[in-house]
Amino acid sequence: MAVYLFYFFVFPGLLFVAIAGAFLSWFDRKITARVQFRKGPPLLQPFYDFFKLLLVKETILPKNGSPLLFLLAPVFAVFGAVMAGVFILLPLFNITTGFKGDLMVIFYLLTIPSFSYIIGSLASGNPLAAVGGSREMKLILSYELTFLLVIAGIIMKCGQQFDLYTIIQTQQAGSPFIGSISGVLLFIAGIFCIQAKLALVPFDMPEAEAEITEGIFIEYSGSAYALIKLAKYIMFFILPAFMIALLMNGFRLEGINILWAVLKVILMVLIITLIRNTNPRIKIKQAISFFMIWMNLLAVIALVLIAFGY
Amino acid sequence: MGFKNYCFKKSLWVFHFGGASCNNCDIEILDCLTPRHDLERFGILLVGSIRHADVLLVNGSINKRDKERLLEIYHQAPRPILVVAIGACGCTGGIFAEGIPFAGPVDKIIPVDAYIPGCPPKPEAIIAGIVKLVNK
Repeated sequence: MAVYLFYFFVFPGLLFVAIAGAFLSWFDRKITARVQFRKGPPLLQPFYDFFKLLLVKETILPKNGSPLLFLLAPVFAVFGAVMAGVFILLPLFNITTGFKGDLMVIFYLLTIPSFSYIIGSLASGNPLAAVGGSREMKLILSYELTFLLVIAGIIMKCGQQFDLYTIIQTQQAGSPFIGSISGVLLFIAGIFCIQAKLALVPFDMPEAEAEITEGIFIEYSGSAYALIKLAKYIMFFILPAFMIALLMNGFRLEGINILWAVLKVILMVLIITLIRNTNPRIKIKQAISFFMIWMNLLAVIALVLIAFGY
Repeated sequence: MGFKNYCFKKSLWVFHFGGASCNNCDIEILDCLTPRHDLERFGILLVGSIRHADVLLVNGSINKRDKERLLEIYHQAPRPILVVAIGACGCTGGIFAEGIPFAGPVDKIIPVDAYIPGCPPKPEAIIAGIVKLVNK
């Protein structure tokens, strides 16, 4: 029992993913600043933001909404993100849980943050938040199928294995899945799904600052917003880690391989950040057709290629 | 208390309220966020919603209709909130001070923590004002 609590709260769980995600979010902001020829924030900026929101600011509850749901939604978001993080990171750090089929659990847990943002935004009683919530809903409907097809492709590539530990071991014994044509196609589809899951710029219509002023988070302030920031930091670490586990060989934890593991995470975040900085925000209709037609087509082609053994 | 204060000073998020402005101050405020002056070095971000803000920047002359909006925005902000009046119109009223629709400079409506005069103030002056505000 104690070891599970340790897993959840300290090592692959809350503390570790939060700190790693905060540093990655600093990296994201720094790269964004360098792309725009600025200097960028200091290293500890995400921690200052988080502790300022948590300790200093006042939390305002909505008068016309449902305060209980409004406050519980960020807690659910953090819980879902940490839970998904534990399930992803335990196999990555070579700790077997003996749980066959955790891939499906991860898939469902990764949608919990988005769903709780929708619940929180609808509970706040703000019309702009409702617009953001409906956009987030449409975004989920469009990218979930692609994400599921990517995972299905990995399962087919690995010989009908549903657990992440076996997938990582298969790659480490043979070659990483990204080293084939179908692997590259799955990687492209997966990167765009991550971009939409993180609500970063080509797909940031739920929280468009200029248009609907932060959309789903418009009414959040103080410690509730701090928890949302925490969930965002965690998602920023675990989604690249998930892609690394699925396609890029996972982590190996001896000698020089630790450096490779860190570089892989940084590379993934760099790709996401560069996509974010070189694209405009698209309309929700364009996002739906982008995922429903093009990304699904890409993933289906990858599935066909896998069936023929490429 | 020291830790809380330190975090607060290191991450000021700014909400920009433009009154009946001639847009010069708006441009100078945006200039602070551009590569040359880059206020994100100090953790200062421009946010879209008043619920996330720590600093309320007010510029432009405040007329009778703006006054209601300014009061509403000020009451919607989570405490602690700092208010900065930017430009001659925000600080004193400038050339509009004797106009009929003018509803008083900003400090007659809400308490102001820092004044940055100028028509418009240079970005350097705005940064100097923010530094003084942080060190207060």
